[in-house]
Amino acid sequence: MTIDVIKPGLATSIQDTGRQGNYHLGIPPSGGMDQRSLRAANLLLGNPEGAAVLECALMGPELQFTESRCVAACGAEMTPKVDGEPQPLNEVFRVPAGSTLSFDFVKAGARLYLAIEGGIDVPEKLGSRSTYSLGSLGGLEGRPLQAGDQLDLMPAATSTQEGRRLPELLVPNFSKHYMLRVMSGIYDHRLTDESRERFYEEDWTVASEADRIGYRMKGGSQLSFIDREPPFGAGDDPSNIVDACYPMGSIQVPSGSEPIILHRDAVTGGGYAMIGTVISADMNWVGQVQPHQKIRFVRVGLEEALAARAEYQQLMAALRQMP
Amino acid sequence: MSQQDIQAPFPGVFYRRQAPDQPVLVEEGQQVEADTVIGLIEVMKQFFEIKADAAGTVTAFKVEDETVVEAGELLATLEVE
Repeated sequence: MTIDVIKPGLATSIQDTGRQGNYHLGIPPSGGMDQRSLRAANLLLGNPEGAAVLECALMGPELQFTESRCVAACGAEMTPKVDGEPQPLNEVFRVPAGSTLSFDFVKAGARLYLAIEGGIDVPEKLGSRSTYSLGSLGGLEGRPLQAGDQLDLMPAATSTQEGRRLPELLVPNFSKHYMLRVMSGIYDHRLTDESRERFYEEDWTVASEADRIGYRMKGGSQLSFIDREPPFGAGDDPSNIVDACYPMGSIQVPSGSEPIILHRDAVTGGGYAMIGTVISADMNWVGQVQPHQKIRFVRVGLEEALAARAEYQQLMAALRQMP
Repeated sequence: MSQQDIQAPFPGVFYRRQAPDQPVLVEEGQQVEADTVIGLIEVMKQFFEIKADAAGTVTAFKVEDETVVEAGELLATLEVE
């Protein structure tokens, strides 16, 4: 049983729940940027929650199935089509043998997760099937899909039910303007008070450079840092620090001009001041923001961040118990 | 003769030139083949070629050079023979 890649889409890659435990060696977790939608697609289908799926960014692929399999598509709104016939999102449907699965234009969100009965069979690398393109690790030869690729599948799941649908309450609502909750970073004190205030008051536009490594923002005011004597080992630019570990979700602002939110394929350390960190509960949303859409950073404290995490965990529990 | 739309397959910035100092790839009224590149869309640090997808005449561009486009937005119209 294989799937033939007729057209790869824009940046379609094999992802799962990520590669844990190697961050200290410089290897980021990778995995689906919107874990909620990735896991929802697998759970809907009766796959293991962490089975390898296709993450399809901004434009879907065209795939031909050599055998009949059920699939589920969650996340960004791109209508799936079997031999040109529209199929539902967030619902299990069957792709017959010899049929072609393609996708319509993206209407909302940025990344669709296509789970296929059984999951995609590629070798695990450091405990994960996720593609980490920068490091040429995991997935299919460590890279996004190309035309002519063949995907092998694991044995089909036994519990798949055609027509099973994600409860409406668990379907995410995509926006064109997101509020991302942020906790102060360890270099927050390097910003001037005025600059910090503006940073959290202005709208930022996602630049076209936004990808799995990081989301770059434009359109806000230049940030200013408090004057200082650069410490030994730090660069001369006011945004430089002595090299340190970067948390996932951390926001750095090279030269004070364009903030970058680091995501699941980012470098694990470097020499830019981290002025804040997007809370873990909001990182799934970051992966669903399209380039040129708007976001605003909203400052929260630890209690609020932990409450948001608990709420997210409740939502995931509901997904695991869906009828 | 029929009219065909050339739509943006994904969101990004639409360019009509390979580089700022070069002429437009295709002029309005120009004859094109299916594989003629009529413009580029930049997204995620990459430029992707937008092809006419059918032989014919480009009748009009519907968006300016270097503008932000959404997925499915009409870029140009094509008169197909």
